[in-house]
Amino acid sequence: MTKTYPKASRPSLDNVSVSIEKGEFVFFIGPSGSGKSTIIKMLLHEVAPNKGRVVVNGKDVTSMRSWKRPHFRRSIGCVFQDFRLLPNRTAYENVAFALEVIGKTKAVARRVVPEVLELVGLGGKEHRYPHELSGGEQQRVAVARAFVNRPLILLADEPTGNLDPDTSIEIMRLLDRINRTGTTVVMVTHDSNIVNQMRRRVVEIESGRIVRDQARGVYG
Amino acid sequence: MRIKYVLSEVLVGLWRNVTMTIAMIITMAVSLTMLGASGLMYKQVGDMKDLYYKNVEVSIFLKTDVTEQQRTDLDAKLKGDPLVKEVLYVNKDEAYKTFKEMYQDAPDLVNVVKPDLLPESFRLKLVNPEQYKNIYDQYQGTEGVDVIVDQSRLLDKIFNVLTAIQNIALAAAVVMAIAALLLVANTIQVAAYSKRREVAVMKLVGASNWFIQAPFVLEAVVAGLIGSLLGLIALIGAKQLLFSGSLKALEGLLSPIQWSDIFLMFPLMAGVGGLISAATAWVTLRFYLRV
Repeated sequence: MTKTYPKASRPSLDNVSVSIEKGEFVFFIGPSGSGKSTIIKMLLHEVAPNKGRVVVNGKDVTSMRSWKRPHFRRSIGCVFQDFRLLPNRTAYENVAFALEVIGKTKAVARRVVPEVLELVGLGGKEHRYPHELSGGEQQRVAVARAFVNRPLILLADEPTGNLDPDTSIEIMRLLDRINRTGTTVVMVTHDSNIVNQMRRRVVEIESGRIVRDQARGVYG
Repeated sequence: MRIKYVLSEVLVGLWRNVTMTIAMIITMAVSLTMLGASGLMYKQVGDMKDLYYKNVEVSIFLKTDVTEQQRTDLDAKLKGDPLVKEVLYVNKDEAYKTFKEMYQDAPDLVNVVKPDLLPESFRLKLVNPEQYKNIYDQYQGTEGVDVIVDQSRLLDKIFNVLTAIQNIALAAAVVMAIAALLLVANTIQVAAYSKRREVAVMKLVGASNWFIQAPFVLEAVVAGLIGSLLGLIALIGAKQLLFSGSLKALEGLLSPIQWSDIFLMFPLMAGVGGLISAATAWVTLRFYLRV
């Protein structure tokens, strides 16, 4: 597929074709502006390619109408570099919020949220506010929020970008654990340490083109 | 839970930006009052037209030297005219009697005027009062006819004034509505900005569009409804003050405004207020949140 943003001199993604199997763990690596984040945006149906198709969970989302987007998003979890937590809600409330706004009852939240917070290793810190948590703990809340709805795919856009190396490793262990439950994990990063340690499939992008696609790869 | 969530968001939203909310409600109220007033005026003018035009007469005054023959001819012609509903002949004595009644406060004038001075006349009721012009053209040249006077001409002038006032009220309503609209758009933008984090998360986790939009749209609708309620109160106050107070002298001329008419205006005002607010909020969100 190809994506050219208006006013850009060259395509952000140029004739890129990549296929990710269910249950895989894939790194997209490459320098800033190489087009990694555009892939995430396409998987989220935030931008559409100019040419080619995007197929997610067996469904062609290229021409999906925007009113179908909310329901589609429920099958995808998302984690970002900047956590994107709500500062005036506790860890518990942040995760419960994601459930409640898609129509789940409070009773469901009461049952599921403590479970998932336990899974990400935040048992006992449910009622802390984001500013009372460390960066790593905040990212755990974000992962819990992304995973609480048991999505088929977890997208992570530089989830360790704001964290120190040790904390980053912990977050990676968490993502690995989530991957073992059968969830496909797609992670964009330029953290070479992590890529080298994990030894998972690596897709390297440069100037909008795939220059390497390697199972059990390393960085650079 | 979701309904409760949406409602509490609405209240929080209105309160967070309370000065803007008040400004929005006031402009909305003024605009809707104008709309209600012009609606009442429309109904009122309609009622008055029915009332007055039903009783309106065209008078054909005869020359003092009219002959018996001319009068009989005219009488026959009028009675055969399809435009004319009723014909009443008024002779000099009857004219004098009416004259005396009309000017009973001015005995000097009554003393000077003798029955002979007053012209005989035919009083016509027309099938359709607006066809006065045809009657005029047809009978103006007839022998023995002096002048033809149409009361509805006078009424037209009064109604023109009333219609003009009604149009001014309507124009004011439209101008205020535009101001209210812009305020709604601004309020919604501020509200959406202050909740941008929540909205971003909701979009990310796949909350449905209506669920994201509902609190904002309802916020505008609530403001619109409060505005229309204030408008209703303003109309009630206006009726009390004007028609029981300063305009009481005109009571005979203006047909009274019914309470029921005022309350009938409320659904119109609330409907217009609510719908316009909702539509504005929704369009604003489309542009601002892209949901």
